[in-house]
Amino acid sequence: MLWALFRRDVVLISRSPALWLPVMFFVLAAALFPFAVGPDARLLARIAPGIIWVAALLASLLPVETLLAPDLDDGTIDQLITRGIALELVCAARIAAHWLGFAVPLLAALPVAGVLLGVDFATAQRMAFALLLGTPALASLAVVAGALTAGLKGGGALAGLIVLPLALPVLIFGVGSDVAGAFRLLAAASLVALAVGPFAAAAALKPA
Amino acid sequence: MSEALEIIDLACQRGGRLLFEGVSAQVVPGGALQLVGPNGTGKSTLLRLLAGLLQPAAGAIRYSGRRAFAGHEVALKPRQPLGVELAHWARLDGGLTRLPAAMTAMNITALAEVPCRLLSSGQRRRAAIARVIAAGAPLWLLDEPTAGLDSASAALLAAAMAAHRAAGGLIVAAVHGDIGLDGAAQLRLG
Repeated sequence: MLWALFRRDVVLISRSPALWLPVMFFVLAAALFPFAVGPDARLLARIAPGIIWVAALLASLLPVETLLAPDLDDGTIDQLITRGIALELVCAARIAAHWLGFAVPLLAALPVAGVLLGVDFATAQRMAFALLLGTPALASLAVVAGALTAGLKGGGALAGLIVLPLALPVLIFGVGSDVAGAFRLLAAASLVALAVGPFAAAAALKPA
Repeated sequence: MSEALEIIDLACQRGGRLLFEGVSAQVVPGGALQLVGPNGTGKSTLLRLLAGLLQPAAGAIRYSGRRAFAGHEVALKPRQPLGVELAHWARLDGGLTRLPAAMTAMNITALAEVPCRLLSSGQRRRAAIARVIAAGAPLWLLDEPTAGLDSASAALLAAAMAAHRAAGGLIVAAVHGDIGLDGAAQLRLG
């Protein structure tokens, strides 16, 4: 069941015209900073992890209005509930599909962003590993925010306000991944978000 | 094939307003119940209660079998071909083998390759009914199933409903006017 739902979500995301938006946003944000901060390579390399993480966080929020709201509007959620399919499963599949749709292209674009910011290879490798560990949490938070704001007009802006404070641990451990133990804390933050996310999102979707 | 549906002294509140109370009815296998009444008296809400999409304020619904629901929203993704959409739901229902017959029954086989956004509202409605047929659930919950259907499609729907009841299925439908449910009980709301 989970597999069927996940496969369907992946097909829908991969056919969506907005598929490339998060990764393009990510690269553009990384490209803007050298223009804004100036061509000081040492400064850029020092703030690069912060830039990359903020860009990744914002990129994960770009499709938040299309994560669950259309399903609520077009009756898909009704059909799933009528079939006795747990909304927790639906949300878990959606988190996995959202991660695949935004984090994997983003990891693929990381070398480009790294070159634009003058990051050396070892740092880029560490950032890739940190992103791999931390992006599941971002996907989970985005789906929860999408569920909470589904059915609201202009829910996207509100979703940002919901996610940004909750994403702070991921941001802190992700940026500080050169400190001992940061990877473990990052993985822990991801696991907590992944464990709570499907239940929180499903609770938000349950009809009153 | 199936068990009876019992609605016992059901009450429903929406937005702090009591929509209806004391609603009781029974549908036996092969039977049908038509919900009639003016707009806004709770026909669709009663169907959503039966589908498990809402919780009643009081009373109980006795039925433990599978249900298939066709509401106002058709749950078809605009960019996907109709056949792919229906196959997805049929797969969730374990009814892929029933799908071709269901699509034939509602005369939408020729539309299988058409993206859903290009379908007319009547064609979407036929697709939603085909999904109900393919679900293989004993209890059908239909919200104004003939809305937007031409007379030929309405006849197809009547035939599908008759076949379902002949096989021991149950139907509850919110209706305005006759939709071809012979010998159906009526429940008047409002």
